[in-house]
Amino acid sequence: MLESYLDNRLKQKEILLMTHIVLGYPTFEDAFKIIESMVNAGVDLMELQIPFSEPIADGPVILHANQKALAKGATVKKCVDFAKTVAETFEIPFLFMSYYNILFKYGVERFVDTMAENGLQGAIVPDLPPEEGKDYLEAMDKHRLSPILIFSPSTSDERMNYLGAFGRGFIYCVARKGVTGVDTDFSRQLENYLVRCRKATDLPLALGFGVKERADIDFLKGKADIAVIGSETIRLVDKEGVGAVEAFIKTLR
Amino acid sequence: MKDRGYYKKFGGAYLPEMLVSTFDELVEIFQTAKNDPGFWEEYVDIMSTYSCRPTPITFAQNLTRHFGGARIYVKREDLNHTGAHKANNVIGQGLLVKRMGKTRVIAETGAGQHGVATATMAARFGFKCTIYMGEVDVQRQRPNVFWMERLGAEVITVTEGTRILKDAINESFRDWVTHMDTTHYVLGTACGPHPFPEMVSYFQSIIGQEARKQILDQAGGLPDRIYACVGGGSNALGIFNAFLDDPVDLVGVEAGGEGLETGRHASRLSSKDASVGVAQGYKTYFLQDNDGQMRETHSVAAGLDYVGVSPILAQYAETGRIRFEAATDREVMDALSLTIQKEGLIPALESAHAFAQALKEAPAMTPKDIILINQSGRGDKDIFTIADAFADPKWQAFIKEKAEGYHA
Ligand SMILES: Cc1ncc(COP(=O)(O)O)c(C=O)c1O
Repeated sequence: MLESYLDNRLKQKEILLMTHIVLGYPTFEDAFKIIESMVNAGVDLMELQIPFSEPIADGPVILHANQKALAKGATVKKCVDFAKTVAETFEIPFLFMSYYNILFKYGVERFVDTMAENGLQGAIVPDLPPEEGKDYLEAMDKHRLSPILIFSPSTSDERMNYLGAFGRGFIYCVARKGVTGVDTDFSRQLENYLVRCRKATDLPLALGFGVKERADIDFLKGKADIAVIGSETIRLVDKEGVGAVEAFIKTLR
Repeated sequence: MKDRGYYKKFGGAYLPEMLVSTFDELVEIFQTAKNDPGFWEEYVDIMSTYSCRPTPITFAQNLTRHFGGARIYVKREDLNHTGAHKANNVIGQGLLVKRMGKTRVIAETGAGQHGVATATMAARFGFKCTIYMGEVDVQRQRPNVFWMERLGAEVITVTEGTRILKDAINESFRDWVTHMDTTHYVLGTACGPHPFPEMVSYFQSIIGQEARKQILDQAGGLPDRIYACVGGGSNALGIFNAFLDDPVDLVGVEAGGEGLETGRHASRLSSKDASVGVAQGYKTYFLQDNDGQMRETHSVAAGLDYVGVSPILAQYAETGRIRFEAATDREVMDALSLTIQKEGLIPALESAHAFAQALKEAPAMTPKDIILINQSGRGDKDIFTIADAFADPKWQAFIKEKAEGYHA
């Protein structure tokens, strides 16, 4: 299970690293190489985003990656098959990230069954609050998979408690307002927010949105358990190619 | 989340966590306003002094005589300030923005009518204003872009996705999730997460409230059929709401584009091409593929060129209370031409869809029958598209001359 894996890892490392890629971007072959580099560089777990045509929580970098992956013919079937290979090949846990319509059209239960069969450990669905996600949460629970719930700075203490009760594995704490791929101010305010998150749940805390360099991760040590690198690796791949990924990830550790 | 707004299985509030508290605030402000009798009075007062409410009903005597079938009446939402029903919703939400103490409004627009209405409201109420508009729509509704900018709004051209209405909605959400502390998103139709479908149709219900009284007075009875075009569904719900319990055939007319059989259309409820899905924060029928990726839509009318449809209308499509039809681009141009020539009315391309379907059905009815068409807006904004459709040589010569004047 994801939680025990994270607990063990956290005994060895001060902070864990989760990275994100968009499946089929730039191609499936390249996505595989990126994952390989990330695992070699010591990433602890990964989000695999199934592209969607309307990714409203994503900023321009990830949005374009979604659009290009779809234009090149990424389908849900290809993503699911690819994820199976990846989960069989590499030791670290993999999570799906996508928008709810992808699950809904596939059939929520069937989607979760497939995740379990293919060796995925959890999922992040940013447009599915627990109020709308009863079927999903039940299906995930049945397979002992982790639905990753999200906290944001605008979430009240009361609601954090409510969300925390549905979360498994860890909580994804969004660092600031806005979409992915915009800079975050690593400040006192962020620290206070993480203290608030910590009070609301016993689950490990992941902090994402705007994390892009060593200094950001150092700031998070002792405050969060997992640092999430999202848009930054896509930006790097766009600029310098797949070959640059491993060295970049190594600078973060 | 306080409350999620379902219409049978449609609707809901599929929100990113960042927006949950903003929606809770909006739901509360709206419910409080709705329960305050003074609020509706204030709304009607502004609509009658700043806009042109009540808008009249016109008996289309020449079209009636031309077809020799049903008696045709037209509800004149084109006479609203800014030229469309969009003002009803925008002024209503503007009053809520004042109550919330926010200082900036944003909106998506397709035809540009909702954008112009929002920019106008912002100028009047003293808000900052940003409008998101797809690149394709900026091209085809250029006069409205000009007016939005004159009114002081910043117009942002959206180059993502299919570059039309749905993409402008996505960008508006991306702005909102960044600036919700100061900003209200004035969604322009009865779609999106709860409470928008309910709230937008509440403000638009003023159309039907007036129309029901007017038609009883002027025609001496209830209409047999009412026609309204359906983009997101706000003008249709606005006029239909008052007649839901009456024995009246309600007809929503969607964009048939190049014909349903071509796949190049925006007919979600009248074609077999749409299926239930969840996007842009709500559950309804979407034109999407089997994976759930949204498809490209087509219509000559930017305001109807949209992948989703109001969850409230999806519910009435399933119960059969509202009948849905499609009118093609060609049929719309013909109906528009005839209406201009016979009645001196210039409907917007969107509204002309309602005319097209009504004019298809009117001849088979009798003079005892009454039909009511909702003319949701005026067609001035469509001057370039209509001139192209009729390949107007004098207009083309004028544009060339004008371009030379700019040394283009
Ligand atoms: C004149 C006019 N009518 C109709 C519509 C379609 O919207 P709705 O279906 O919400 O009335 C628009 C949208 O831009 C419009 O400008």
